[in-house]
Amino acid sequence: MVIKPGELMVCVAAREIKNSDVVFVGMRLPLLAFLLAKSTHAPDAVGLFENGLIRDEPARGPIVTMCDPPIITGAVACTSLREVMGYLQQGRVTLGFIGGAEVDVFGNINTTRVDRTRLPGSGGGADIASLAGRLMIIMSHQRRRFVRRVEYITSPGFGDGPGWREAQGLSGGGPTAIVTTYGVFRFDPTTKRAVLTQVHPEVDLETVRRETGWNLAVANDLGLTPLPTLEELALIRRFDPKGFWTGA
Amino acid sequence: MLCSAKPVPLRTAESSLGFQLQVLSPLHSAESIVSKTQSTEKEISSIMPGKSKVMSMAEAVRRLVRPGASIALGTNLEAAIPFAASQEIIRQQVRDLTLIGPISDLLFDMMIGGGVVKKIIAAWVGNVSTGSGYNFRRAVEQGLPRRIEVENHSNLSVSTALEAGGMGLGFGLIRSLFGTDILKENPNIVPLDCPFTGQKHLAVRALVPDLAIVHAQRADEEGNAHVWGNLGITPEAVKAARHILVVVEEVVPRAVIRADPNRTLIPGFKVRAVVEEPWGAHPSPLQGCYGHDDEFYLEYSRATKEPEQAEVWFKEWVLGLPHRQAYLKKLGPERLAGLKVRHPAPSAPVEYGY
Repeated sequence: MVIKPGELMVCVAAREIKNSDVVFVGMRLPLLAFLLAKSTHAPDAVGLFENGLIRDEPARGPIVTMCDPPIITGAVACTSLREVMGYLQQGRVTLGFIGGAEVDVFGNINTTRVDRTRLPGSGGGADIASLAGRLMIIMSHQRRRFVRRVEYITSPGFGDGPGWREAQGLSGGGPTAIVTTYGVFRFDPTTKRAVLTQVHPEVDLETVRRETGWNLAVANDLGLTPLPTLEELALIRRFDPKGFWTGA
Repeated sequence: MLCSAKPVPLRTAESSLGFQLQVLSPLHSAESIVSKTQSTEKEISSIMPGKSKVMSMAEAVRRLVRPGASIALGTNLEAAIPFAASQEIIRQQVRDLTLIGPISDLLFDMMIGGGVVKKIIAAWVGNVSTGSGYNFRRAVEQGLPRRIEVENHSNLSVSTALEAGGMGLGFGLIRSLFGTDILKENPNIVPLDCPFTGQKHLAVRALVPDLAIVHAQRADEEGNAHVWGNLGITPEAVKAARHILVVVEEVVPRAVIRADPNRTLIPGFKVRAVVEEPWGAHPSPLQGCYGHDDEFYLEYSRATKEPEQAEVWFKEWVLGLPHRQAYLKKLGPERLAGLKVRHPAPSAPVEYGY
């Protein structure tokens, strides 16, 4: 069976969700990761969606956006964006997910512009990165995306290093990991720099180094991502039957 | 039955003609902090409260959407997007609009490509299914079809601006966006410490749109509207806006609204027009009515990547169609049938008696 990188990323991200988490779920792969975690090891995790949705069970059918009817049916509550953002701002959200166009070694994310290219913008990304207890970043691993310093901080990571978030007034904990198509980075507690701590099966370090725009730091105890189980794969394909988000 | 998808003949608000009422702006106190509406208040206000405000989309747009107006729309995020209204605005070429919204999926990209936008005040502009919005990119990067101004927000900051507007305040507060370039670039978001604790906050200047356009499941003839499903920032948008245009799947008797007042999101006294337009949110989903038309979003992305093709797309799907009925006919009954509710989930009735 061929496992697509998108499916692997969803599995890795899902395993980061604890059963006790209140998760602010983003779009695309994070949405699938939440549905997968709910269906497996984190049945009690609560999902907040920025459209105002509060959900404690997986969606009843395939969805493309967080506003598709199958994710509204059977929700705990359909409220407003400000209601769920309120929980985020008061510190009740323990985990947030976001993606981005560019990320740097301090986990700052740019989704606004690169050179002269205009990108869509923040959405709720900046709010989640500012305020969530832990922040998981999910991105396709390419050199043009993994840059030394982002040109525009849309969603704040650790800025320019230790102490930056506190000085700015950011109350959320900042990034804890970047899940990529090649592996997982975590942030050194002292330097706040991203360190490669895990690689996916059949990925060699040279590829990761080539596709990373900063001086790659690798953990001494570099781990290997376990393959998704058949159950996990089946669930991902149930929520994304056409490979809309995980790739054809 | 709601959302039968059967075209319903449109009624016009004959009763509204010939009356001119002075209606005080409910946001009078906030007026000094925002741009004044350029629309003729007298004409808009001539629609009598307590009477039918039902009219055709063409008439509603002609009456309520003025060149240079600021409009909050697409405020539910990816659902209930008032595409029928936006396409009529493009058809009538009402220009120089300022659009206010959170993530309105590809709505703003379409209106920019349609040439009617001067300024965007939003958290995100693109196509949720594919990423980039090519019309938005062309406008920002190359000034095509015209240059637009963009005020970048996050979802929280733009909703806070509307909430402040709706409360009659000069600004709202957030504790997000510290250290971002959004904060650096946006003159309408500035630091303001808490006067009690000294904790860092950011003040977001209030927004009072001239108009909010909302797609709802149902409303009575006065515009009291029931909305269900996710709400996004619609509650703040309808509170903040001076006037409201409500587009509904179905105009229902007064009693239907009053049988379930907790579901009323929009009180009719601020509504200036009610348009009955079944499938009016297509290709976006509307809870209890129809699903997300995945293919439409992919096709839009392919078709608008290059400017020449985009022009063809706008002719085919917007400018070349006289009204929404023609659009639905072009989609075809089979495509629409495939989007209908297949797994009904009606809510349990609640007791409102005494």
